Amino acid sequence: MNHPHLLPRWADLVVLPLINLAVALLAAGAVVALVGQNPTEVLQALVHGAVGTPRNLSYTLYYATSFVFTGLAVAVAFHGGLFNIGGEGQAVLGGLGAGLVALWWSAHLPAWLMLPLMVGAAALAGMAWATVPAYLQAYRGSHIVITTIMFNFLASTLLVYLLVNWLKAPGSMSVESAPFADSAKLPGVHHMLAWLGVEWPSSPLNASVLLAVAAAVGVHLFLWRTRAGYRLRAVGASETAAQYAGIHAKRQVLLAMAVSGALAGLVGVNEIAGVAGRLMLDFVAGAGFTGIAVALMGRNHPLGIVLASLLFGALFQGGAEVAFEVQGFTRDMVVTLQGFIVLFSGAMSYVLAPVLARLLVRLLPEGARYG
Amino acid sequence: MSQQAKAPPVAPAHATPWAVEMVDIHKRFGAVRANHGATLRVRSGTIHALVGENGAGKSTLMSILYGFYEADSGTLRVNGQPVRIRNAQDAIALGLGMVHQHFMLVDTMTALDNVMLGAESSAWLHKAIPAARQRLQDLMQATGLHVALDTPVGDLPVGDRQRVEILKALFRGAKTLILDEPTAVLTPQEMAQLFEVLRRLRAQGSTVILITHKLKEVMALCDHVTVMRAGTVVHETPVADTRVDALAQAMVGRAVHLMAPGMALADKAGEVRLAAQDLHLTDAWGVPRLKGVGLQLRAGEIVGVAGVSGNGQSELLDVLSGLTAPQSGRLGLNGQTFEPSAWLNPTQARQLGLAHVPEDRHARALVMGFEAWESAALGYEAWPENATAWGWMHRRAMQTHTADLMERFDVRPRDPLLVSAKFSGGNQQKLVLARELGRAPTVLLIGQPTRGVDIGAIEFIHGQLRRLRDAGCAVLLMSSELDEILALADRVVVMCQGAVTGELPVAECTETRLGVLMAGGPLT
Repeated sequence: MNHPHLLPRWADLVVLPLINLAVALLAAGAVVALVGQNPTEVLQALVHGAVGTPRNLSYTLYYATSFVFTGLAVAVAFHGGLFNIGGEGQAVLGGLGAGLVALWWSAHLPAWLMLPLMVGAAALAGMAWATVPAYLQAYRGSHIVITTIMFNFLASTLLVYLLVNWLKAPGSMSVESAPFADSAKLPGVHHMLAWLGVEWPSSPLNASVLLAVAAAVGVHLFLWRTRAGYRLRAVGASETAAQYAGIHAKRQVLLAMAVSGALAGLVGVNEIAGVAGRLMLDFVAGAGFTGIAVALMGRNHPLGIVLASLLFGALFQGGAEVAFEVQGFTRDMVVTLQGFIVLFSGAMSYVLAPVLARLLVRLLPEGARYG
Repeated sequence: MSQQAKAPPVAPAHATPWAVEMVDIHKRFGAVRANHGATLRVRSGTIHALVGENGAGKSTLMSILYGFYEADSGTLRVNGQPVRIRNAQDAIALGLGMVHQHFMLVDTMTALDNVMLGAESSAWLHKAIPAARQRLQDLMQATGLHVALDTPVGDLPVGDRQRVEILKALFRGAKTLILDEPTAVLTPQEMAQLFEVLRRLRAQGSTVILITHKLKEVMALCDHVTVMRAGTVVHETPVADTRVDALAQAMVGRAVHLMAPGMALADKAGEVRLAAQDLHLTDAWGVPRLKGVGLQLRAGEIVGVAGVSGNGQSELLDVLSGLTAPQSGRLGLNGQTFEPSAWLNPTQARQLGLAHVPEDRHARALVMGFEAWESAALGYEAWPENATAWGWMHRRAMQTHTADLMERFDVRPRDPLLVSAKFSGGNQQKLVLARELGRAPTVLLIGQPTRGVDIGAIEFIHGQLRRLRDAGCAVLLMSSELDEILALADRVVVMCQGAVTGELPVAECTETRLGVLMAGGPLT
């Protein structure tokens, strides 16, 4: 039975996530204490590592950029009623798309043409990779969760195959392509700030972060301001009602996954065009899966996803610093902390809702409860 | 506390004891007071009706009795003993049994398995099954609740499934049965049988609490009636001392005029707006659903489609509204003709001025997760008033328009930003009507316009349909409520097993004649 919590909106969107975050930190702190470390010291190191210096902050934002793309990808599919677990593979294809056009043409084309081309290729490749499972779901009844998971494996083996057999630079020992020409490299944020006369330490943070902000705004406009987004959400929320309205559900499945795949593909822009400057293995590094947690925590809303991405970016970056700074604190502990946050803010996000509702009823005067 | 002061005098010793007493029950969900000092006393061995509009708090009260919720405050007594009911198991142990409106049955299991499920007398099924069968046969004999025990429940008619639910409760030793809107899904014949069973149970000493909207049933069946409004009990009386209009007034809080006889306007009916010929439809499992249905709909008339549910009425509505293409047949709509190869689709239908209020409000008419203004554009999202040619929605204008519709159709609360699911059933239906009627359609197809809708809203909805008819719209009304059809329709078409078995002007309709046609027999 679905018990109504009837939390006011502000409590649902602001108070509850903060409480969940606090509980996750407490639980993680308890584990830290259990293994004999000082929780406050670890937390301090974590916060400092994430945002303490301009350089650390840049790394946090760089990680967050990829999470915004994959988180949005999960959210768009979710609003279409689909669970896209294939962000990882779509991101691989995005990188492949961007990398291939760069390898072919970066020596001949100027940056102003090359970079948009790479963005377009990344989005298109991710889109193409996602529409296959979408088609199978819509017209052949194959479950999209299964097919997208399988397509992750296909994507990573495809990348390995292409790199090892075709793209590896001759004579090189490592499995990566030849570097692109300079026209295929997105400017770093420190470059861009330097043009404006601001000094900023060098970091992997690049112009993709602006693309991520644009994507978040774009997704918001698409879902809630356009007819196409309206139809997509209608199908996601009630396929029978959509049918009654004359909306073609199967086409909406294709559309949702196409947009979703394109967004995931943009991870390739951040990693390949923004940082690596060449095609290589494992550049997605789990961002596709982190995107699921990000979307879950961000309630599938672009603003929530941006905030959740920042949190996860901070955890990645801060966690790496903690593992470096604090003696005996390994990366695994950081993963544990992330696990707690996903658990409390995502999977168990409503566990504390009835408690909060009861508390609010007691604390607040009648009129104040409707937010 | 004030409980002591509020408690009415205890029943005299010679009267039958109370089977259930719920005293001064309070229950709130967040800011909503679902029950606010409600007191219900049910005498043992009686049939007790609990009536009230949607949201009056009857379901919450019964959920507290059955252990789905715990009351915030108040006293519960069963057979005179103070009790605490924390879950359904506690309730069953106290001899309470609930028959839900939406059946809680496993469709693929047989009736016997369903009844036994969770109450097996032994972990070894070869012992439990014969024991259960024996007990069930005794029960069926005693109560008259006969069902085919070895048929999968999914293959049983709705009335039989309900019997299985009742048997389930009795099998678990229920002495007090709670029935939630039991007649909503039944044909008149099944209803009569159910009443017979309930009377027999009463004669055997069982107690029945009947949650219902339908005051006619209360008058026909019950001994006592409790009326709830706004979370509390407003009226309580022996049925013998009251009348339908008094009860209706107590429910709504003002006088209501229900079921005014339809004024036959057949002579005023204008040109043919919709004409269907020889429609044949076979579903995906090869079951024929429509067998040569034909009908005509003229401007300025309401045509009622009567029939036991599941005899092709829903499919007819789907075909006429363009949701399903038939295998053969032909449809004329406002001057355009459609063949199965290029059947009408919902978008075309709307453009041709056909509005459709589907019978399944939750699955079809609204997207429950959408805000009211979004639901108010469903199906019309591409119309110029809602979106530009480039596909940008006119958000503000749509919200203003919805606020306006809510005013005209009395949708409460008047909040275009409220999520559709949070409106009560009646207000959801009014929102759907506002969307479909607001564009002054020339043809309206409407299924179950007042299912699950409270009395005040029924009066309003009927008024809207009559007004639309008088304005020259052609209305096809499908309803499982014969009373509703008789009250509204100018002409009645009766369906049985996918075919039209008869057509009568409303003046010539009697329940018997319609009953014969609904059963498929010719009128003699």
